[in-house]
Amino acid sequence: MLSESILRELREVLGGKNVLSETEDLLTYAYDATAAMRRKTPDVVVAPKSTEEVSQVLNIAQKYGLPVYPRGSGTNLSGGTIPLEGGIVLSLLNMNRILEVDTENLTATVQPGVIIQDLNNEVALHGLLYPPDPGTVTTATMGGSVSESSGGLRGLKYGVTKHYVMGMKLVLADGKVIKWGGKTVKNVTGYDLTALFTGAEGTLGIITEILVKLIPAPETRKSLLGVFDDVDKAGRAISAIIRNRIIPATLEIMDNMTLRTVENFTHAGLPIEAEAVLLIEVDGYKEVVEREAALVEDVLQQEGAVEVKVAKDEQERERIWFARRSALPALAQKKPTTVLEDATVPRSKIPEMLKAIREIAKKYDLLIGTFGHAGDGNLHPTILTDERDKEEMARVEKAVDEIFQVAISLGGTLSGEHGIGIAKAKYLPLEFGEAGVRTLRRIKEALDPEYRLNPGKIVLRKE
Amino acid sequence: MGIYSTLTSIEGELHKCMKCGNCQAVCPIYKETRHEVGVARGKISLVEALLSGETEMTEGLSERFSLCTTCMACNANCPCGVRFDRIILAARAEAVRQKGLHSAKAIAFGALKRQGLFDLGLKVGSVFQGVALKRIPGRKSGSRLRFEVGMGQTKVFPNLAKRTLRSELPEIVRPAGTAKMRVAFFTGCMINYFYTDMGKAVVEVLIENSLEVVIPNGQGCCGIPASVNGDVESARVMAKRNLREFENMGADALVVACSSGGSAWKHVYAELLSDEPKWRALAEKWAEKSYDIAEFLVDRVPFKEEGLGRVERKVTYHDPCHLNRGQGIYAEPREMLKKIPGLELIEMKEPGRCCGMAGSFSLTHPELSDQILERKIQDIAQTHTDTVATGCPACRLQLASGVENADLQEDVVHIVQILAESYRAGKLEPRV
Ligand SMILES: Cc1cc2nc3c(=O)[nH]c(=O)nc-3n(C[C@H](O)[C@H](O)[C@H](O)COP(=O)(O)OP(=O)(O)OC[C@H]3O[C@@H](n4cnc5c(N)ncnc54)[C@H](O)[C@@H]3O)c2cc1C
Ligand code: SF4
Ligand code: SF4
Repeated sequence: MLSESILRELREVLGGKNVLSETEDLLTYAYDATAAMRRKTPDVVVAPKSTEEVSQVLNIAQKYGLPVYPRGSGTNLSGGTIPLEGGIVLSLLNMNRILEVDTENLTATVQPGVIIQDLNNEVALHGLLYPPDPGTVTTATMGGSVSESSGGLRGLKYGVTKHYVMGMKLVLADGKVIKWGGKTVKNVTGYDLTALFTGAEGTLGIITEILVKLIPAPETRKSLLGVFDDVDKAGRAISAIIRNRIIPATLEIMDNMTLRTVENFTHAGLPIEAEAVLLIEVDGYKEVVEREAALVEDVLQQEGAVEVKVAKDEQERERIWFARRSALPALAQKKPTTVLEDATVPRSKIPEMLKAIREIAKKYDLLIGTFGHAGDGNLHPTILTDERDKEEMARVEKAVDEIFQVAISLGGTLSGEHGIGIAKAKYLPLEFGEAGVRTLRRIKEALDPEYRLNPGKIVLRKE
Repeated sequence: MGIYSTLTSIEGELHKCMKCGNCQAVCPIYKETRHEVGVARGKISLVEALLSGETEMTEGLSERFSLCTTCMACNANCPCGVRFDRIILAARAEAVRQKGLHSAKAIAFGALKRQGLFDLGLKVGSVFQGVALKRIPGRKSGSRLRFEVGMGQTKVFPNLAKRTLRSELPEIVRPAGTAKMRVAFFTGCMINYFYTDMGKAVVEVLIENSLEVVIPNGQGCCGIPASVNGDVESARVMAKRNLREFENMGADALVVACSSGGSAWKHVYAELLSDEPKWRALAEKWAEKSYDIAEFLVDRVPFKEEGLGRVERKVTYHDPCHLNRGQGIYAEPREMLKKIPGLELIEMKEPGRCCGMAGSFSLTHPELSDQILERKIQDIAQTHTDTVATGCPACRLQLASGVENADLQEDVVHIVQILAESYRAGKLEPRV
């Protein structure tokens, strides 16, 4: 509990409505979308409406030595918004205005609380698109997705969030406001702060304004489904598509375990006997789409697909993607706890990674369903378990360790898009080495020496 | 034990929730407040905290549970199939078991319990109207009443009917010639006391289709206002009373023109009475033959199309939450409207978005209710229609209030009134 005088100061700055301090409200900020995380309630939740107010909150936090946990929609999958040490949860949801859409320079300026889909609805009026589309595109905020550098289904062709950020306004741990970047395509002035703060998970500063790049929306699109009786064949098909110089907007995979579960849940008519399916979408000008779709169909057949389905209309297309979107929720229904991993490997290593995951599942006697952005090499091995079962959870932990080791040994990374947060902080040395982690820590301490911002995430205090 | 009897009955629903936050995309309350407690995920975590003993039932908690219009939009958008409507109803019932009903609500529901008293209450209300409800200068629709709902906002109420529907109509209305079947009409309170025009349209249309209509005099409030607020005991009394009265009169089918009434007969009664096998069986028997009026006239006894006259209206249709998501009825009303000659149906953006009425929610959370309504009215305005049709008297009240406050020139009616209008017009048109 915070003293009444601190609460009063916060209320003076923000107005009473934007300061929540009753237990019944605080309890609802103790979690995010990450499974099997310990809940922790903050002492207060504040929802500022301007950069100035954010800065004042940080001044108050500094004065009383309180940690500050920035929060968008709380849909991240790495414990990023859990207020581990109590203190202040700073919700950016009241800063939800689209400040500008510049149709000549193809940019948009937004406040961090804008929901990604709302931005897309707005720019669509001008025939434009903001491509990053995580599964949570209708709920996640711009601030949260920039802070995670979220990917999505379109990552293969269009890249991920970090490829679209051109500048920011940001409040530092000491309350000072900085601003950089601009609408120019080129900019090499000074260090690349955009790269530093994109994906920083709220540990280095609070983003209060974002300038992003837009692109012309593709004219049309076409979806295909390739069915394989062998995972290796599916893996080779992925490489073959790219080798044929086609970059689909989307190239996803689901394994047998995922397929069965999704079919059971959605009754979408998926081939449950298949060892793997590839879900593919090509987009662009009509003529190009027709040509590429036909080519993809050929390649899939050549690589030994037992069946190839081409979506004939919007309804069939929607069915394919509904099945894909249902992968995680469907798997989540099977067991009480869903441990979703995000290990990513070079795309050519996908078959090896899939095989390794299956072996790990067998070795530790666990249910693991794998699906993900195959074209990006970004798989989501999903372990179905029950956090109340201590013995099984111990095996889960070992399995996760091993999945990370394999990913890194294949030249991959711990996280493709979900971030490090609390969940993966302890694995950081595996990828960076001691000197690497020390470098991250020095960056953190240079900007936030008191670990005021989102403490307990990514870089931990030296013991 | 059912959701109205114990909180543990919904543990399975809670387990399904994976905290993905998808419900945020559609929750009308969360859209306005942007507080996690407004959305299903937030209230689910509160119920979890309650069950785990991390918190106990407090006044504050029961207040948070009241933050829900029960619009079921979260159900429909939940990838895990969480039935949040069941969770919130169980949580509210638990709140009442532990903390008692808010005194104001207790008085209202207590009064509804015995119909005589409710009539009296409303008569007192008509006196009370002179004080709390200010008559406003009427427009084409005649004078209306404004009810000060606090925060400087007003809700425009329709006038109380001079005579209630059930006192105006005989208990049995027969068509000319032989009747195809005997249909019981459950009027619900709003149609009985405020919107008798809707009730008369229902009877008119049924008669036009050669159906005998029974309107049991002893019927009362459907009990939904009580059950959604956790007053399970009152709701059970009302459920039994209605079941008894309709069973006594007997009918081949039962129709309602109100989304709460429909939910009550189809789903809620059996659930409310699930611990009493005899009553439960009776509730299930009636659930089997209960229909919303549009559903009945499209799927069960297709309404006759000959004799329909031109109705020159540009109509937009608002889906009542408990008709659309609650009963899966969204195609039938549109089908009905499309068959009416001269009528043009123009869809609004998000016709299934909650209007913010949600019964007593609009009185306990007037500011929120109004904010939600405002978005709806903007969507309606954009259609440039002259008529808003819907399938529920409660939505009609809310929409009419919003339309009036926004100074839009729109009629707000139940679709069955348009059908009745069409039959009437048909009688005036020269035969060819
Ligand atoms: C079902 C499901 C599917 C998903 N699919 C994908 C997917 O396909 N691809 C993908 O990449 N991710 C995916 N995610 C993860 C998640 O949705 C994204 O990371 C999302 O972008 C987070 O946005 P948010 O607004 O919820 O951020 P939050 O969860 O609120 O915050 C995320 C992080 O950013 C920080 N933060 C938030 N706002 C600010 C700010 N203004 N300034 C500084 N720091 C801030 C927080 O402290 C936290 O560390 C999925 C999640 C779920 C539940
Ligand atoms: S959408 Fe469903 S599973 Fe997701 S948080 Fe809401 S209720 Fe839970
Ligand atoms: S039922 Fe409607 S108001 Fe209630 S939580 Fe779900 S979406 Fe929100």
